[in-house]
Amino acid sequence: MRAGQRFYLREVLSGLVLTGHHFFANLGQHIAHALGRTDARGAVTIQYPEERRPMSPRLRSLHRLVRREDGSPRCVACMMCETVCPARCIYIVADEHPNPEIEKMPSRFDIDLGKCVFCGFCVEACPEDAIRMDTGILEFSSYSRLGMIYTKEMLLALEPVGPDGVPRSPVPIPADRVV
Amino acid sequence: MTATLADFGIVFGRVFFVMMFILNLGGLLTWVERKQSAIMQDRIGANRASILGFRALGLFHPLADAIKMLTKEDFLPARADRFLFQLAPFVSVFFGLVAFASIPFGDTLRVGDRVIPLQAVTLNVGVLYVFAMLSLGVYGVMMAGWSSANNYALLGGQRAAALMITAEIAIGASIMGVVMWYGSLSLQDIVRAQGGLLFGWIPKWGIVTQPLAFILFLTAGIAATKRIPFDMPEGESEIIGYFVEYSGMKFGMFAMADFLETVVIAGLTTSLFLGGWQVPYLYETGVRFPWGSTIGLPHLLVALLQIGAFSLKVLVMIFIMMLIRWTLPRFRYDQAMRLGWLGLFPLSILNIVLTGAVLLAWGDHP
Repeated sequence: MRAGQRFYLREVLSGLVLTGHHFFANLGQHIAHALGRTDARGAVTIQYPEERRPMSPRLRSLHRLVRREDGSPRCVACMMCETVCPARCIYIVADEHPNPEIEKMPSRFDIDLGKCVFCGFCVEACPEDAIRMDTGILEFSSYSRLGMIYTKEMLLALEPVGPDGVPRSPVPIPADRVV
Repeated sequence: MTATLADFGIVFGRVFFVMMFILNLGGLLTWVERKQSAIMQDRIGANRASILGFRALGLFHPLADAIKMLTKEDFLPARADRFLFQLAPFVSVFFGLVAFASIPFGDTLRVGDRVIPLQAVTLNVGVLYVFAMLSLGVYGVMMAGWSSANNYALLGGQRAAALMITAEIAIGASIMGVVMWYGSLSLQDIVRAQGGLLFGWIPKWGIVTQPLAFILFLTAGIAATKRIPFDMPEGESEIIGYFVEYSGMKFGMFAMADFLETVVIAGLTTSLFLGGWQVPYLYETGVRFPWGSTIGLPHLLVALLQIGAFSLKVLVMIFIMMLIRWTLPRFRYDQAMRLGWLGLFPLSILNIVLTGAVLLAWGDHP
């Protein structure tokens, strides 16, 4: 330690000047903002539930099942995603499809989000582009483990994220969650 | 002279004013701390508590805090000393509240033929009184640490005791220079003496006549408030400290005691070094500038100006102490002890010697 540092006082003062400068500069910005200058920002805070941080389009958010034009799932119950899933959180029950052109369809397609690790392997593995992780929804919580299991109907109802980065479908609320 | 109801009312009013001043300021400091630290760190700070949609810059958060703390469980550890455990937070807050009593917030107010001193208690040993009360405040902390039956709380209490002795010695020694210079132990007399002018134009405030003592006193005073950078009795990051077993409003009272001590130290610094209620060049009859021109002011306006000046100086001091608290990292326990005993204490003694030499060379009290 140099002699000047050992004396604390100069270093303390330079620190106080730095933080004090931040305080008054930000305070001026806040006041300018309150007076109508909307471009003045005294803080880097994003007021989360109202404002959302811009997300990369590649971000892996809540899954959704893609629909055909008639509204039925694009999924053919090939079990690729269930097989590749490292967390083993997908559970599919296959069924006959009424259309003979299509071999199978899922009668059940459950994802246990409590187990999911959001690796995106299911999206990679899908030969039909039937499952995607582009809803932009990050808020899914529940008071019970059962509430974390999302069924086929819930996943089919979800829409991809809008161009403004705001999810277009409402956050699905499990039955046990009190709002 | 027999005491009339009016006398009683005046005394009550003085005490009430001081009580309201520090209680409200202490409560407001929770908001100041949140907002000031947020703005310093490019954040916005607590702003969600609202009444009917009005957020008022987060000013309702102290209220929300109080409601939260009052409705929380009041936990009593099974092996704690029941009596001391319950008593400790009250001791802490009580001495924080009464310490302000002898700090003058204005000169005298003349109403009719009455002369009202603007001070809760007129004491001729006001400086000693404030120190005594500040030192007694640490007993609450020690009691909390001892009675919790928790090793970390005990460590915190011991550290608080060690820190308080370190700080008190430095405070007491650094203040001797001021007492020697102004020749009184009464805070009101010290503040009155600071109304004079040095070389005809510099206000004779303590910060001008005793700059070294000001730095030493402020450092030791911040140590006495037990806040960062001297927060090893609490030390949230290591031992949590003397209040580790407390919950609800009792925990809140310890936090409140810290803020009250901040207000007391700010008030004491103002009185001793920043001229108390003195406004430069403002005298009892009006403003008199060093170049000779005068502006006459009515007595009531002068009194109000003095009270306003005192409040403003206290607020500025609190701002500076908050700025220090949110700028510096914390001292380690041994570093704080070394700073106190090998830094502040010898320098305070040096200050006494220097002040004595200057006074001797000057002849009389300048």
